[in-house]
Amino acid sequence: MVQLTSEMKRLVDSESGTVSREIFWNQDLYDQEMEQVFNRSWLFVGHESQIPEPGDFILGRMGEEAVIVSRGRDEKVHVFLNSCRHRGNRVCRYDQGNSFTHMCSFHGWTYDSTGALVALPYHENGYDQMDKSQWGLLQARVEVFHGSIWATWDKTAPSFHEYLGGSDFYLATGLMHTDGSDNGAEVLGGVVKWRLGCNWKVPCPDTDTTHGWITHRSTALGLGVGPTGNPVRPREDRSVSVGQVRSRYTVSFPEGHTMGVTIPEDSDPGWGDSATWENNPAVRDYLREKFELRKKRLGVMAHLSVGPAIFPNEGWLGRVVRIMHPQGPAMTEIWTYFFVDKDAPQEVKSALGQHYELYYGPGGVTQQDDMENWYALTIASRGPVAQKLDLNYQMRLTEPPLHGPTEFNMPGLFAHNYSDENHRRYYQRWAEVMQAKDWGEMAPTMSAAVQGDWVTNRNGR
Amino acid sequence: MADLLSHEELLLRLEIEDFFYREADLLDEHRYEEWLDLFTEDARYHAPMNRNVSSQEMDRQLTREAIEMSWFDEGKDTLVKRVKQIRTGVHWAEEPLSRVTHFVSNVRLLDSGSDQVGAGEIRVKSRFLVHRSRLEDEDNTWIGNRIDTLRRVDGEWKISRREIYIDQSVLLSKNLTNFF
Repeated sequence: MVQLTSEMKRLVDSESGTVSREIFWNQDLYDQEMEQVFNRSWLFVGHESQIPEPGDFILGRMGEEAVIVSRGRDEKVHVFLNSCRHRGNRVCRYDQGNSFTHMCSFHGWTYDSTGALVALPYHENGYDQMDKSQWGLLQARVEVFHGSIWATWDKTAPSFHEYLGGSDFYLATGLMHTDGSDNGAEVLGGVVKWRLGCNWKVPCPDTDTTHGWITHRSTALGLGVGPTGNPVRPREDRSVSVGQVRSRYTVSFPEGHTMGVTIPEDSDPGWGDSATWENNPAVRDYLREKFELRKKRLGVMAHLSVGPAIFPNEGWLGRVVRIMHPQGPAMTEIWTYFFVDKDAPQEVKSALGQHYELYYGPGGVTQQDDMENWYALTIASRGPVAQKLDLNYQMRLTEPPLHGPTEFNMPGLFAHNYSDENHRRYYQRWAEVMQAKDWGEMAPTMSAAVQGDWVTNRNGR
Repeated sequence: MADLLSHEELLLRLEIEDFFYREADLLDEHRYEEWLDLFTEDARYHAPMNRNVSSQEMDRQLTREAIEMSWFDEGKDTLVKRVKQIRTGVHWAEEPLSRVTHFVSNVRLLDSGSDQVGAGEIRVKSRFLVHRSRLEDEDNTWIGNRIDTLRRVDGEWKISRREIYIDQSVLLSKNLTNFF
């Protein structure tokens, strides 16, 4: 395990379960994050369904910076920095479109759909010594995972697969078709983008299991049905969803990825049986039909519905992906992508889209209240007195993780559903990445833990 | 020279303006249940998002109702739920209630009795400026235009369709807790 320096341990102490508020406010730490975390991690920049044809492009973000995500003439996905190599101007001024060239509006330097510099004025006379191949837009490394597009600036970073460290199993389920076939999802048009005055880590990891009963109490009382379609009214034997009746766990990875997982059982209800679709036969019947196929394909794992929060800034809620883009220590731009089955009937896509709109996004009945809390904790933490008080992540601190990766034949470090274990893993990883000089210094934690050093007693399921 | 408004058109516009001003009062005075009564049961409430696209492809600027994602894309049933949520007293994003002011201007009648609207309906375009002041110092402004379809029901105007076009593409407020 990576030994944290005393300074880093002052900020993040996963043994005592405390985190300094400074990491949400300090400009120097933020600047260090941009270099250490955002310039080295694999970051979600979009989905293939947004750029199906050669020349299609969308804008994405990597840290504070804008990137162009382009389907090249070569049909491959390219990700390059949206900044002209000549004088630094923004090259692409559109959120999306189709073009085989991107011309800078300042002096006309022009790049193709793979980011290569293909034309510049006065080239013949003015730049006779220049090697154009050296002056293309800065290219990121790109990997496409079940349709989702990930990029990193770091040439020394491990492959995306290795970076996921076993959580690929979970990530793939979120990108499947309802019928269990691979890569069957598409982004419903329009990425929802808004700004929120909080540090980008405040909503991370996006798997907080203990806030819903009170943060979203008005959703329970006002609407009766939560975003997952389960009754949200708290009951004695269950909390906010059916999945928590039994065998629900928080699951983390030493790489900082976190999620909530319900151990699937054959008797679990299918997606079409959710209360949300009781009065919508079109969606209900569609989901029932496709879910039967899913069960044939995946067996009991058909019931596994989990999208992991991938370190550092990606989070899933059902088939909704949220990315927290940093915009300074106390400002975040949230981009949300909503997934549906590519080939679903329009009526089904519409109903799902309207369901997403009602619960998620800035106008969503659940997310409105998240934003309120995330903003308010930012305001209430900025003073010099508050800054000296550590935050508490001690829930079930003394309980070791329940078991190692093999217990349920599913990967990850399982812990009680109501615990801060995911947060502790996330911030521990953040601290490691913040101080590590290179990937060599980060690697040992991964292998040791994944190989089972964390296997301890299993106490209660 | 623009067409002159007839006496009847002028009176109708004044009537509609008065309807909008009364509506703004209901919202700003938190009389949400009375505000809901201004909508027909089959009403649509749609606020598309803006994309920054080439001026040659302006037809792709706005997200499409029921096909793509929107800020709002719903009917009266969920507006009713939103009001219920506010009334729970534990909807933290509106607890305490924000102070909201609605301005409505540039009211212009687009259609009446044309193919665009049903029998007894008119279409009206207007501009809005909505200001939200929250707790000590939170301050948000949304500016844009609306296209409303109003229907005469039992002698009173009801909103059967509201299209809300907020100028922003990236929303610069932390959430949308109020109605437009």
